[in-house]
Amino acid sequence: MATLIDRDQLQELVARGAQLVEVLPADEYKEDHLPGAISIPLRQVNRESAKQLDPSRDLIVYCWDMA
Amino acid sequence: MAPRAAARLELLGFRQVHEYKPGKLDWMASGRPTEGENSTRPRAGTVARKDVPVCAPADRLADVRDRARGAGWDAAVVVDGERVVLGLLRAAELAKEGELSIEEAMRPGPSTFRPYVPIKEMADYLTGHKLESSPVTTLDGKLVGLLLKADAVREAEGCPDCVRKMI
Repeated sequence: MATLIDRDQLQELVARGAQLVEVLPADEYKEDHLPGAISIPLRQVNRESAKQLDPSRDLIVYCWDMA
Repeated sequence: MAPRAAARLELLGFRQVHEYKPGKLDWMASGRPTEGENSTRPRAGTVARKDVPVCAPADRLADVRDRARGAGWDAAVVVDGERVVLGLLRAAELAKEGELSIEEAMRPGPSTFRPYVPIKEMADYLTGHKLESSPVTTLDGKLVGLLLKADAVREAEGCPDCVRKMI
């Protein structure tokens, strides 16, 4: 199960090389996303899209809020 | 949405998956920078004046008025020790009897807005609601600055509407 993190922990992990993934629809990513994040909308999370991620590094996923 | 994506990635073999549960809303509401088409457009947080005078509920109105006007302001924001917004003093409140405490004189619980709201939307809102200014705060209510309608309207000229409404 994924570890829940807050903003400070996110910044620490990113500073140590974590990958950031926004899972919102692509048009929302185009408007605004966290610095350095890549876009993999929820419905496109699959074996193919996961190839752009490095399984040896920490991975942080986020959407708009807690919903 | 993020929990489902995290679960899917774990099924695909990722072992170090974290979920930033508060999400993009939390990031943007804290005033941190973003990337993307909207990132360079002016927003409430970038246009709000950070040098607005602040005061405490127990302060004396005459003292705050002198300090605010001395700094060229006709407004002040009432905050607690953590800079959480408690009230607002616009021109009408500052003009009240000087011996009143700020708690007695202030307009309590003013509407506040988050830093990420596009300036065009803020200009339309302040104009439509006949507000001369409004505090901009983080999600936990801490003061970022005071957004003046005149600043918002000026910055919004020629600025395209944001795709998504945020108020």
